[in-house]
Order: sequence, then C-alpha cells, then structure tokens
Amino acid sequence: MSKAGWIRTIVLVGAVGALELACRTGAIAPTMVIAPSHMVTALVETLQSDEIGMHLRTTLSAVAIAMSIAIVGGFVIGFILNWVPFLRRAFSPFLAAYYAIPHFAFYPLLIVIFGLGPVPLIVLATLFAMVAMILATMAGLDRVPRVLLKTARIHRLSLIQEIWRVRLPAAAPHILSGLKLAVAYSFIGVIAGEFILSTSGIGHEIAFAYDNFDNRRMYALILFVLGIVTLFNMAVFAWERRMLRRRGA
Amino acid sequence: MAGAPRLAAVDDAAAHKVHARLEGVTRVYPPRAGHGEVHALGPISFDLRAGEFFSVVGPSGCGKSTLLDVLAGLALPSAGTVEFEGKSVRGDVPDGVGVVFQEDASFPWLTVEDNVSFGLRRAGVDAAESKRRVDFALGFMGLRDFSRAYPSQLSGGMRQRVCIARTLVMQPRLILLDEPFGALDQQTRLLMGDELLRLWRETSATVLLITHALDEANLLSDRIGVMSARPGRFLDIVETGWPRDRDSRLAERPDFGAVTSRLWSYLRGESLRAMGQGTAAR
Repeated sequence: MSKAGWIRTIVLVGAVGALELACRTGAIAPTMVIAPSHMVTALVETLQSDEIGMHLRTTLSAVAIAMSIAIVGGFVIGFILNWVPFLRRAFSPFLAAYYAIPHFAFYPLLIVIFGLGPVPLIVLATLFAMVAMILATMAGLDRVPRVLLKTARIHRLSLIQEIWRVRLPAAAPHILSGLKLAVAYSFIGVIAGEFILSTSGIGHEIAFAYDNFDNRRMYALILFVLGIVTLFNMAVFAWERRMLRRRGA
Repeated sequence: MAGAPRLAAVDDAAAHKVHARLEGVTRVYPPRAGHGEVHALGPISFDLRAGEFFSVVGPSGCGKSTLLDVLAGLALPSAGTVEFEGKSVRGDVPDGVGVVFQEDASFPWLTVEDNVSFGLRRAGVDAAESKRRVDFALGFMGLRDFSRAYPSQLSGGMRQRVCIARTLVMQPRLILLDEPFGALDQQTRLLMGDELLRLWRETSATVLLITHALDEANLLSDRIGVMSARPGRFLDIVETGWPRDRDSRLAERPDFGAVTSRLWSYLRGESLRAMGQGTAAR
C-alpha cells in the first residue's frame, strides 16, 4: 500500500474506533449516535426483515431509471448544444445558473403534477443529474484538439466516422467525469426525495425510523446507503481508471 | 554548376511535370469584432513539380500555414484556383495528399500500431496489405519496439514519428508538412530531417515543408519559396541544386552557407516588417 493509502486507512480506522469508544464509554448517548459495531449488527437484523427488499427495489429502480435518462439525455442534449452554436448561446445562461436553484423546493410541485409515487422522484433526480452530464459533454467536446479534427478530414472520414472515431474518444475523459456526477446526483435526488415525502424506499425508511426514535434502524439504513453508494462509485471509478490508465492520465 | 544556388528566373514548368498548381490564390478573413478584414495570403501563383522537395520560409504570421491549408483542401481560397494532379481542390482533401502538423496529432486512446493504421480501414485496404504497410512504416520510423505503447508513453519526437508513419501508410503522392519539427529540440530536428529526406527518396512523393528554420529549409529542399510579411506572397523561389542523395552533412559544404545567407537577406527586412505589424496590432 502507498504512503497515502496507509494514512487514509489509519484516519478511517481511527475515526471509527474513536466513535466506538466514545459510545461504549457513554461519552456519546445512544439517543444521539449508536456505536459502529451496533450499527453493523442492526444492519444485519434489518436486512433479514422481509420488507427491506421491497424498499431497496423501489429506491434502486428509481435511481436506475433517473440515472439512465440523465446520462443518455444529458449526452444527447450536450451534443446538440455543442453542435448548434445559436442554441448553445440561447441556453448557456440557464445551464450556468442551474445548480444555484434549490431543486428540492420543487418536489411538492412535482407531487402535485405526477401524484405520490415513483414518478416525481424520478423526475426530480433526473432534473438534478442531467445538467451535470450536459455540461460535461459540452466541455469534453469543446476541448477536442482542432488538430485531431483536421486529421480526421485528411483521412477523409465521413461525419459519423469523425464523431465516432475521433470526437467522442477525444472527449471521453470529460464525458466520463460527467457520468460519475450523474450517478452520484441520481442517488442523492431519489433518496433525498424519499426522505422528504414518499410511501416507500430506503430514504422513506430512514425518515420513518427517525420519526419513531428508532436509532438502531436509522443508523443501520444510513450505513446501508453509504455502502451501496460507495460500492457503485468504486465500480465506476475502476471502470474509468481502466479506460484512462493508458492515456497517461 | 552543381551545388551553385541560382534563381528560378524563368518559369520552367514545361521542363517538369506539374504536380500541384496554385493560381492567384488569396485568403482574406472577414472582418470581426475588434479588427477589420485580414488579408492573410497572396495572391500566390506557383507550380509544385512532381517529386521535388519544396520548402516555404517566411516571417511569422505571413500565412505559411494558410497556404498549406488551402493546398491541402482544409481551407477554401478567397480567390484563385488550386489544382492537384490536374483536378481542382475545393475545400475537400484530395486522395493522395498526406499532412503532418506541428501539434501532436497522435490519438491518445490508440496504441502506436492502431494510430498508424488509423486511415487504412476507411481507405478500404485489406487486412494483409494493411499489416504489411503498417509493419513497414513502423520499421521505417524506428517504432517497431513501441507498437503496443500508447502516445503518452512516448517523447514528443517519437509521437511526431507516429504521425509521419500514419501518413506514410496511406502512400501519399503529395506530403505536406506544417512545421513538423517546430516543437522538437535541435538535435532531434536534424535527425528527423535526415529521416524525412530518406522518406522522400524512397517514396518518390512530392514534399512541401513549411518551416521557419532557414538552415532546415536549405538542407532539405530542391527549391525554397521565400514569403513576404503578411499578406504573404513569394518574393523569390530559390533553387538549391543539391544532389538528391543528401543528408545533414550537407551543412559542411562551403556553398551551403551562401544559400542560407541569401534566404536571410530576403527575410531580414520582412521579419522586421512582420515584427512592426505585431507591435502595431498590440
């Protein structure tokens, strides 16, 4: 392991150990935080209960749908805006200001429009995630070196070949970083939405446990969400690293 | 009178096969915010002879690269005509033309081998022939040991070799080079120049090289077009008269310096003018 890796591990283990110690000695009351070891045992119990599978499916399917729409749609919109300069000039102020908007404030409105169910959550998460993908796609396509496009012309590539064989591979590193953001934002959008108002899903279960002073279950579920998101991110990172390693990135 | 530099006083195109012809070519950029229209190039008329090594030198900003872009079909002339092998070139790169740029144009996501074979699939070359050409080009440019490497693992000089090899496999009849060694150090430049001469001899292609290095132009060329400050026109076309079989040791010849001096005597005033333009623009 590298030096940085050791430091990271020590910090992580130390923090969890300190929390464990503080909880066990009573320095932190169990009504506030429970010991990490108790979180793990509570998580095991929670995962054995029947209804958790249903909540997990609800959340993950909403995330998957939002993520797919955000990535595909964001890529297509970003590509079109990059290709058509007057559209880009028309829309870029909106895009620049987009993340200054508190999206979750519109969630009640979405419920009024779409009803209480998975649809407003998916819409919320998609809106939240898609613009990151649009911006990253545009940034990536902007930064394709002109000399590579000239090279494509010299090899007399057709437009489709130019896009597929030169433009997209050259823009790929930026597009990938947008994809990572879109993945993270989709999770945030769905779980935070569930937390605010919904009838099922992991976010709803956390909020429900919180309202009932069920600290064991609440922390177990928070740990669970952390685990899922970390796992998913690691998978995307590993994939990205494999793709970028040989470019010397 | 071997080796003695002389002026191409008469148009002796009749004695040589014309490979590409520019007639009254100009390039004017339309006015934009901040400045009026910019007359970048011309009018320029000249014939590129089949199989010759022709260099273009000129002060910076004189439109050398614009000339290359127009000749390659990468840019349209504002007026005048460009012909390659008797056919008009209008904004499309003709078959048989290869271009090497100053900037690194290797594709970072492809191995050296895949970079070199990039154009062959599109050109409809079959797999066996493709492999033969790639093997030859990798060997010729000294890249055989690096065929599985990615450009990020190579030096600037090696990456430029990859780009030259990628051009070479297409078997171009006209090779255009836009300051291909501009980003390389002096020793690497000299060696790459020798390789370029070797490539020129063995492929019998016509070569047009844009450069700002007078010695390099002198050493490599049969003829050297000397351009004026913007808008660039040819002040003169100098014939070097060097033997076809030459390399960097040519610089030891006593008459070598005479040609460089001659180029410099043309360019000194033009470079000063170009610098003046630069200061005035600022």
